[in-house]
Order: sequence, then C-alpha cells, then structure tokens
Amino acid sequence: MNDGGDGEQARALGGPDWLVARREAAAGRLAEIAWPTPAEEIWRYSRIDELDVGRYRPFTAAELGAPGRDDAPGGGVLAAEAGPRAGLVVVRDGRVVHTELRPDLSAAGALTCDVATCADHRHAERWFGTLADASPDPFTVLHDAWCPGGAFIHVPAGVVVTEPIVVLHWCDGDGRASFPHTLVVLEDGAGATVVERFASPKVDHLADVVVECVVGEGAHLRYLSVQEHGPATWSIALQRAHLGPYARLSSSAVALGGAYARLRTEARLDGPGAESDLLAVYFGDGDQMLDFRTLQDHAAPRTRSDLLFKGAVEDHAASVYSGLVRLRPGAQRAEAGQTNRNLVLTEGAHAESIPNLEIEANDVRCSHASAVGPVDEDQRYYLESRGIPPAEAERLVVLGFFEDVFARLPVPALVGPLRRAVHEKVGHLHRSGSRPPGGARAAAGPAPGATGGGGRG
Amino acid sequence: MSRLAILGLAARVRRQEILRGVDLEVGSGEVHALMGPNGSGKSTLAHVLAGRPGYEVTAGSVTVDGVDLLELPTWRRAQAGLLLTHQYPVEVPGVRLVDLLEAALAARELPAGALDRLGERVAAEAERLGMPAELLARGVNVEFSGGEQKRAETLQLAVLAPAFAVLDEIDSGLDVDALRTVGARIGALVAETGLGVLAITHYARLLSVLRPDRVHVLLAGRVVRSGGPELADEVERIGYERLAAELGVELAVPPPPPERDPFADPGF
Repeated sequence: MNDGGDGEQARALGGPDWLVARREAAAGRLAEIAWPTPAEEIWRYSRIDELDVGRYRPFTAAELGAPGRDDAPGGGVLAAEAGPRAGLVVVRDGRVVHTELRPDLSAAGALTCDVATCADHRHAERWFGTLADASPDPFTVLHDAWCPGGAFIHVPAGVVVTEPIVVLHWCDGDGRASFPHTLVVLEDGAGATVVERFASPKVDHLADVVVECVVGEGAHLRYLSVQEHGPATWSIALQRAHLGPYARLSSSAVALGGAYARLRTEARLDGPGAESDLLAVYFGDGDQMLDFRTLQDHAAPRTRSDLLFKGAVEDHAASVYSGLVRLRPGAQRAEAGQTNRNLVLTEGAHAESIPNLEIEANDVRCSHASAVGPVDEDQRYYLESRGIPPAEAERLVVLGFFEDVFARLPVPALVGPLRRAVHEKVGHLHRSGSRPPGGARAAAGPAPGATGGGGRG
Repeated sequence: MSRLAILGLAARVRRQEILRGVDLEVGSGEVHALMGPNGSGKSTLAHVLAGRPGYEVTAGSVTVDGVDLLELPTWRRAQAGLLLTHQYPVEVPGVRLVDLLEAALAARELPAGALDRLGERVAAEAERLGMPAELLARGVNVEFSGGEQKRAETLQLAVLAPAFAVLDEIDSGLDVDALRTVGARIGALVAETGLGVLAITHYARLLSVLRPDRVHVLLAGRVVRSGGPELADEVERIGYERLAAELGVELAVPPPPPERDPFADPGF
C-alpha cells in the first residue's frame, strides 16, 4: 500500500480530474516518505513503532463500488440516537454510500454530497485537501493517495442549519485500510452543527482519516466527533479547522474505541476576533492507547481559544495529551487557555500530559493547566459515607469528572447515549482487581489539581 | 427503638493515640451533645465511627442494635443506620445531590418505589431548608457557601433517614438564621422519625436550637463528664481549660509529631 503504486488506483477510484490528480501526486510522494518513529517529538509516547503500514490493504475501486451508488438508506441506530436531524451522510470504508438533506435546506443552497460526485464542485475543489496540506504528515499523504472521495457539507452565506447534520462512518475489513474524508465549508455568516461517528467491528483495520472544516467570516460551526472503533482497529486522524474573521468553532471529540487511536485536533485562527473552543472526553480501557495532539494556532489579533480535554484510563490502557498553543506575531491581544486533566483508575494504566506554549506576540493572555492522578480519596470517602458502595462511588466520581464537558456538547440528544457508553466502561472498573496506589501517579504532568503557568506573556 | 453503643473506643491516627477509651450510648429519639475543645478528638471520633481510611481502632466496640460497625466498611455502616454529616463536605463535581441520593438509596434493599419522585422529594426538602433550587443542578458542594454546605448535609440526612446521625460540627460556618433552620429540621427528624443524634460541637450555640437530652465533655480523647443540658451552660461559663484543671485531666491530645520526610537529609 505504501509503495506509491503505479497510478492505476488513482484513476480507478474515480471522481473529478482534480481528485485523481491529487491521488496521483500523493502516490508519487509515498515512495520517498520516511515513516515516523517514536523518536520524533510529535510521535513521542505513541505506539507508531508497532504499526506496519504495509500490512494493510486498501479497498479496490470494485470493492468500494462506484461513487454515487446509494445503497445504505437510514443510518440505523447511530443516526436515530442523534435525534432530529437536518441531513445525513453515510460513509462505508471511505466511500459515501448515502446522502440526504432536508428539502428546505437544499432549496436554500445547502448541500450534503460525495466529494467525488457532487454537482457543485467549485467549493469542494477549492478547499479539499488544503487544510491537510497546511499540516501534512505521512498519514495525510497516504490518505491522499487512496482517498476515494468523502463527505462534503456546504452551507452558503447566511444560511443557518439548526438541527445537526449527521455523518456516519463505518469501517470494516480485517487487514484492510480505509481513508474517510470529511470537508465542511461554512460560508460567511452561515451556521451548522455537524456530528460525525466513526465505528468499526472487531477487525484489525487501519482508518486514516482527514476532517477539514472551513469556517467563514462570522460563521459558527458546532462540531462533534464520536470515535467508537472496535478494539483491534487503528485510527489515525487529523481534524483541522481554519477560521475567518469573527468565525466561531465549538469543536468536541469523544474517543472511546480503537486499539490505537490518534487524533490531531487543530484550529487555526486566521481572522481577527475568531474564537475556537476545543473539548474532548476520552476513556481508555483494556490495552488501548488514545493519543491526542492539539494545536491552537493564533495568527490574527483579538482571537480567543480555549481547550478542555478530560480523560480516564484503566486496566493497561494509556493516553497521551500533547498540546501546543501558538501565538504568532500578529496575534496581539489574543487569549488562549489550555486544560488537560486525567484520571488514572488502575495501577497498570498510564497517562501523559504535555501542554506547551509558543508565544511570539507580546500582548496576549495565556493560561494552561494539566493534571494526572487517581480518583480523589476524599470524594470517594464522602460518597461511601452515604452508603454508596466503592465501585459505584468511583463510577459517580468518574462520570462527574466528565460532566462539565458533556454539558457543553453541541448535540444534547447524544449526551445520554455517550454518558451511558462511558458509564459502561467504568462498570468494568474492578475486573482487573488492581487499584492505584494512594499517591498521585503523576507522569509528566504535575499533581492532581495543580495548575500551571498563567499570566501575560 | 434502636441503640448506638460506643464502648471503650480507642483509636490512632498516624500512630498517634487520639481516642483513649470513649463510652457513649445513644437511643432512638435522643439528642446527645459531645462538646470539647480543639484537639480533644471530636472529629476523630466522627471519622472513626464512619470508618475513614487512615484511622486505626486499637480497642473498644461500636454497635447499632448489636451489629458491630467496626467490622463493616464505610458504606455498610451508613446502610446499618449510622450517618455522618461532614464538618468539611468535599466538592464532588458533576455529581448532583439527587444523583448521590439515588445511588445511596439504590444500594439499599428498599421496597419497590422507594426511588419514586426522588427529585420532587429533594426539591421539597431543599425548599424546607431554604436552599436555592439552583444548587440542586450543581455538583454537590461545588462552590457552596458554608451555610449551603450544612443545609445540603441536613438535606441528605432527611432523605436518607438513618437511625442515627453523627453531626460533626454542623453549626460551624452557619449564620444565626441558617443555624435555626438546620437545628429545627434535625429536631423535627428526632421528633417525627425517632432519629438518634450525636451532635459534636465546639460551642453551646447549636444546643440552643437543638435541645440535647444529654451533654458529654470530651477532653484528650476521653469523655470526662456527662450530664443534662445544664452541663453545656456550665462549659460555656467556665471554659474547657478550667474544667480540665478542676478534673485534673489534660485538655487536649498533644499534636502528633511531624511525619518524617523520607527524602530528608539523613544527617550522616
């Protein structure tokens, strides 16, 4: 898969000429790519050395089916859970197999379609791949070489879509690789809520994902991604947003599945007054590793960003949070906050937390906080002193720990199911029989509750 | 009719002996006040009764109707009928009072329907205790004022309806109005449900709103005097120091030696 091929698949996967050309160009670059190792800072603590990319076979054009073949109506339980919706895109192994949009929104010029087929190519061609190109790594190149198309959501200027547009990704096939791509374009003054769910059965699968969100001047995008891959699936994903002047991004991620699931969440604040809020909830159990790399990139004055990532690990699971706040020279009077908190619930589990600041402007406000530790003994005792059994007390504390993020998720209908999904994971808490030691298991981060550097830089 | 019996209870914290043989008996519908100065072991007794980790019982027994509480983990003691209201209730973010109470009630063997309309009952109880309804939407104790914390502790006591309550300085941090409200609510539980109360307090002011049947004075880990309500007035009048001097006993357990820092320079 990683030998670059002969360009045959680039043509066979179909789509507009510019998409074929993009595949061909990427395929040409694949041969020269140096695959990453944990020695590189951006892959530090990851399990990248356990990944043999060549082992996974991409789907052929025949297996994926021709673009535009609509053979998966409905979206099933996952779509139903999101409650009332404005639109739906179903994606199987990276191939869009179903799209729908409420007629009044279509009439207003909004669009949900496959990048490979949609009639309105202008915005897809203009934006597709441009955000990933601004933050490339070997997996975005691999993605480009094999991406069959992807979900395209376009909301024209001034149109506000209040109910969520749901994008469902199903990845299947043992020993196979898929390349889901989502492109969301909100033109000036537009508004939309986009919910993506990524899932796979128990297969050794590699999902190489790119999500690009373009938020125009004064537009507001609410975005939620839910990752519930099977326990043997590897997921390597980039979610990147570019924000125009006074644009607003409220982005959230819930990560529960995967053997190794890496998510790069990046927001570039290009226009003055742009605002970005990044949230995440993650819970690792078994042997899984959840790996987050975040970037709050301020490139314009009076921009504001905030980040709150909260996670828990139990059994032998591991999590990594490595985040960078970058305030470029033009980002005067910018404000940025970054908080990562982790609960380590059993002795064999491990969490890393590495917040970073890179400040090149002299009139900014920045704060960051990071914590890694076990469940608070005093909270546990307080609940137990009311007659609540220890396992239930711990479950309450863990769910409570996530509650402030849940309360801010953009799709209230989904909060209940997601809370239950976390609750079920905590329910397995005592199967391994191991408890953390009394003290904090601070890895790279300071002790629980500690808050680090703040003030004006 | 239930009976809480504490006999010869001795306990250590960090190898320091704090309780040195405490004897107390409380029956249903009785209010007992346990008074003592700082360092006398009052809060230690509260946490030993609740089974807090780090508190080591070295002698004695605690029973409710013959059931040995010291053999039970913390949560089982609450289920057995002994509930502690905390002096410093900890914040539990994201866990509302109703979540906590639901979990506590669900863990008991209660008749079907015991959890029905719990939210309404909690709201009604909050109103009775003068707690703003918006506190019920927050994590328990999160950014509660001192008075709100103690009202919330009282609310839990009323909903969980144990046989016995150990009130660990429920009067601290309360203004006059809150003290009256909390005292009246607990008094009503005593009168209506037969709640037995062991009220641990520093001052006699709680006892003006929650009239005790018996008053005990704890000095240096022992109950040195017991009497009727008039004992509280006497303590208030003469003070703990003079009382200790008159009885020829220590006022307080000496503070524990500082824990040795394992990373300190060993000095050789």
